Amino acid sequence: MVKEKLVLEINDLVVNYETDNGTVHAVNGINLKLKQKQSVGIVGETGAGKTTTALAILNLIPQPTGIIKNGTIIVDGKNMLTISESDLRMMRGKGVSMIFQDPMTALNPVFTIGEQIAESVRIHEGVSNKDAMQRAIEMLEIVGIDKDRAYDYPHQLSGGMKQRVVIAIALACQAKLLIADEPTTALDVTIQAQVLELIRSYREKYDTAMILITHDLGIVAETCDEVAVMYAGVIVEYGTLEDIFNRTKHPYTEGLFNSLPNIIERRSKLTPIPGMVLDPTILPDGCVFADRCSYVIDTCRTTFQKDIAVSDTHIVRCSRYQEPGFNIKRMIA
Amino acid sequence: MSEPILQVKKLNKYFKTKRGLLHAVDGVSFDLEFGKTLGVVGESGCGKSTLGRTIIRLLEPTGGEIYFEGKDITKLKGKALINFRKNIQMVFQDPFSSLDPRMSVGQIIAEPINLHKLAKDKEDVERRTLELMDTVGLAQRWYGSYPHQLDGGRRQRIGIARALALKPKMIICDEPVSALDVSIQAQILNLLKELQETRNISYLFITHDLSVVYNFSDDIAVMYLGKLVEKAPAEELFRNPIHPYTKALLSAIPVPDINKKRQRIILEGEVFSPINLPDECRFRARCNLRFDMCAKHEPELKEVEPNHFVACWANN
Ligand SMILES: Nc1ncnc2c1ncn2[C@@H]1O[C@H](COP(=O)(O)OP(=O)(O)OP(=O)(O)O)[C@@H](O)[C@H]1O
Ligand SMILES: Nc1ncnc2c1ncn2[C@@H]1O[C@H](COP(=O)(O)OP(=O)(O)OP(=O)(O)O)[C@@H](O)[C@H]1O
Ligand SMILES: [Mg+2]
Ligand SMILES: [Mg+2]
Repeated sequence: MVKEKLVLEINDLVVNYETDNGTVHAVNGINLKLKQKQSVGIVGETGAGKTTTALAILNLIPQPTGIIKNGTIIVDGKNMLTISESDLRMMRGKGVSMIFQDPMTALNPVFTIGEQIAESVRIHEGVSNKDAMQRAIEMLEIVGIDKDRAYDYPHQLSGGMKQRVVIAIALACQAKLLIADEPTTALDVTIQAQVLELIRSYREKYDTAMILITHDLGIVAETCDEVAVMYAGVIVEYGTLEDIFNRTKHPYTEGLFNSLPNIIERRSKLTPIPGMVLDPTILPDGCVFADRCSYVIDTCRTTFQKDIAVSDTHIVRCSRYQEPGFNIKRMIA
Repeated sequence: MSEPILQVKKLNKYFKTKRGLLHAVDGVSFDLEFGKTLGVVGESGCGKSTLGRTIIRLLEPTGGEIYFEGKDITKLKGKALINFRKNIQMVFQDPFSSLDPRMSVGQIIAEPINLHKLAKDKEDVERRTLELMDTVGLAQRWYGSYPHQLDGGRRQRIGIARALALKPKMIICDEPVSALDVSIQAQILNLLKELQETRNISYLFITHDLSVVYNFSDDIAVMYLGKLVEKAPAEELFRNPIHPYTKALLSAIPVPDINKKRQRIILEGEVFSPINLPDECRFRARCNLRFDMCAKHEPELKEVEPNHFVACWANN
């Protein structure tokens, strides 16, 4: 059997931030493999380490506080953590292109949005200024922004328009791997649908694999092949869409589904997961979710949690699945 | 029926741009009842934030009137404006960029208390600040921390604590939970609901998340290119949407269920530019129902069923 070529391979990634309040354990041993064209959704609590994982792939962890403690990251055969600065620059764009979570920090307030998209086109396609501007205007129209807006500055645009400009910049690069960090949080659903469709056709055209970081399980259901559920720096559950949505195993994943407001039954109060996320400077011996888990037993707090394979495609990090017959309510009901 | 807390009448906000006047808010009228929530949804760039900012008078209205508790506040200036602002506060989407990174959590929450000289002395400021932190579920140990050290959910709690400092009667929430993960989103929404129940706060709740607005609002207003195109009680709007834009919007909600495939209405055609708008229906180019009237005049918002308002020639 020929081994399928991987676009991305992350092995045992550990990332810390050294802060005045102590060491933040942002990512604690993540493994992730992505094949060509494949798309994986990363969902999870704020502070779970989703953005940190994405930044590590680009070798862009903020210095000097951020430290990659351990792990390898291979993108399209190149080790992102050891290649030369010039190779790295080339990989950021042609290899991996990222749509950043906060459009404001990604845009420069003193240049028009047309200039900023054109700049990205120029760098990646080596075309003339005039052609780059022409392409920039096309890109704007593709993301649903009137071409007259090319001469506007970021502050003249609404939140969602800025987000679409950032998407246009990322899509100008034709990369092997696209990382989209909450790409549609500021968009209404109709434009969101257009943008997701745009990303889909772009990926089809360039065979681009994608990591989609989002809080929206509805978007995951519509755009991803596989899902990684992250909590406190670890992937607590990984599987195909079917695995995660129809055969949910981890109590945290169950909590996520229960928190969602839905459009079938109107409720004045929602059901969040009780308690708060762990202090990220504390690395517990046992399960990271134990304090908030309704299935917790004493040993959860003390035993190191290993990945348990539920099937070939489905992994859960919950030691209770070693007990015969154990299951969460979502799956019993 | 009691007097509404907020009445907005034919409100306009135009921006001067190189290409002409941009009609960000264009003749918007609605009432908000005491202790109720009006959700505002609509396309990105349709003027939701501008509407909120104009009502709270962070932006000067170009035309129209705003009444707060029956009092015309459209032209308030100086001290009167500052006093009015105590009654109505704003909570923003991105708590990070709306919080001063050099100020500690305690300082940020105390700022409005100091600004409006509400406290007797330093101890009183601190007492009130800690009380507010408690109300919004922020542990005291964060008092001396800085915003960047907190996660998005806690930062949003700071924004809410700060908004509550002046005991406002109304809060304009501009995408307050869009940046939060679903569990924290549920916590913050429950917190806002509790505050409404205990303090009778009225909300203008701007969001593009329809499942959130459905669960959170009493009434929902749908905005398109600066205008309200439909307004109805939440349940009614979801069960019986009338405007073609509302229908498209509802059909595009992504549902977290891989077993249900839904039929989506895809909007085609160009979005009109909000500059130099002609007198015709501004949704016309993207609409699947086209009548002669659509190109001749802009439809007005009309009550087609009790409390259900629509601006569409197909229903006029
Ligand atoms: N530059 C930094 N300095 C210090 N700590 C940081 C920094 N960036 C992130 N962290 C911390 O690292 C942890 C992981 O953060 P990260 O931004 O990766 O989470 P996330 O999953 O992307 O969250 P969100 O959903 O809120 O975007 C958090 O505890 C966060 O506070
Ligand atoms: N300061 C400004 N100068 C010029 N135009 C502006 C300014 N602020 C907003 N606009 C324009 O006004 C219109 C409405 O913007 P607004 O920010 O109110 O939209 P929004 O509905 O809040 O969108 P989003 O959902 O993307 O946040 C947009 O066309 C925007 O470009
Ligand atoms: Mg993030
Ligand atoms: Mg806005």
